[in-house]
Amino acid sequence: MYELFSNLGSWLTSGTQWSGSDGIAHRLAEHLQYSLLATLIATAIGLPLGLLIGHTGRGAFLAINLASFGRALPTVGLVVLVFLASGLSMTPVYVSLVALAVPAIVTNTYAGMTAVDPDVKDAARGQGMRGHQVLLHVELPLALPLIMTGLRLALIQVVATATIAAYVSFGGLGRYVFDGLAQRDLVQVLGGAVLVAAVAVVLDLGLAGLQRFLFRHRTA
Amino acid sequence: MTIDWSWISGHTDDLTTLTVSHLQAALTAVFFGLLISLPLAVVAHRVRFLRGFLLGASNVLFTIPSIAIFVLLLPISGLTRTTTVIGLTVYTLVVLLRNTVEGLDSVPAKTKEAAKAMGTRPLRTLLTVELPLALPVIMAGVRIATVMSISLVSVATYIGDGGLGQLFTDGFQRNYPTPVIVGVALTLLLAVVADALLVALQYVLTPWKRRRA
Repeated sequence: MYELFSNLGSWLTSGTQWSGSDGIAHRLAEHLQYSLLATLIATAIGLPLGLLIGHTGRGAFLAINLASFGRALPTVGLVVLVFLASGLSMTPVYVSLVALAVPAIVTNTYAGMTAVDPDVKDAARGQGMRGHQVLLHVELPLALPLIMTGLRLALIQVVATATIAAYVSFGGLGRYVFDGLAQRDLVQVLGGAVLVAAVAVVLDLGLAGLQRFLFRHRTA
Repeated sequence: MTIDWSWISGHTDDLTTLTVSHLQAALTAVFFGLLISLPLAVVAHRVRFLRGFLLGASNVLFTIPSIAIFVLLLPISGLTRTTTVIGLTVYTLVVLLRNTVEGLDSVPAKTKEAAKAMGTRPLRTLLTVELPLALPVIMAGVRIATVMSISLVSVATYIGDGGLGQLFTDGFQRNYPTPVIVGVALTLLLAVVADALLVALQYVLTPWKRRRA
């Protein structure tokens, strides 16, 4: 066991392991690229949807059930299914990651919108604000902390799951996990897993810190 | 992409075995998750200092990717069902722990004082007053943990287990969509059925909620 961990330590710290197209630096960049782009696409879909459902109050049933559907949908199955349907491209990876992230974003945005005090919205309307003004200048800013929580949750899940890109022959940190499993090279497998976990934890802590800094003047 | 119905009718035995194995892994994980998180939640509920620590620790565990947890367990428990169950259990902890603590928090202080005034001992108060009243929130956590575990079992296909997840690997390697579609459909079905059964269980366990509703 000790030998395994010392091998793991030298794997993670050796200079040759970090450079080149199969190096950690390159794989890390790929992993972040997949994760950020997928989260961005998911935000472009989920945020307007959540805002619309929250603002109009219509489709609340959808917003609530989308979350449990998202939890129940097996990502491994989805990625393989889309892969078999669309062939060798990045589509299966992005479809699966976006499908994973959208429910978290929609439900949290919706939760943030419903948590806005109805009296505040009434006051805004009483001042003559139009529907879209209430949405943009009152509801959105007040719902922002919960929306951010949803984005953070989505990004973390996406980073953790982006390993599947390697399963359908692309890059990212999952490459080490799947190549290592195929080559029975436990050190490489563990190295990949440790790196993914580290990226997820660091991003989560970083975003939590950013969130606390941005909303430091709010009491609730 | 068409479904080959004859494959399904020719493999009903395999599908049954995989479904049972899938469900078994998920339910065992939720069972152990509850076994661990109930006492921890009671501690976190009573000791303020430990509360932040325990909830924070379970949050960090949750950010670790499921594939990474399975892989990190390989040197300890190898390519076995144990690895699958431990990995899934770790995942259920964050939901179960948080919901149980919140459930215990939601018990009105006056109710606890009334129990104390009647001479009920602390352990008895916990078992007969606090936990039953916290049950709806705890059950909400159990439902989330169960659905999540059922979906996550398939990740264990990478370490040679994974119940219905094996259908994904099979379909992928043979470039044959039918097993994959069947696997996804059965996973979703299992999740829906398990969730409905838990709602029914909660209805049975909380008779006092019915009278009011």
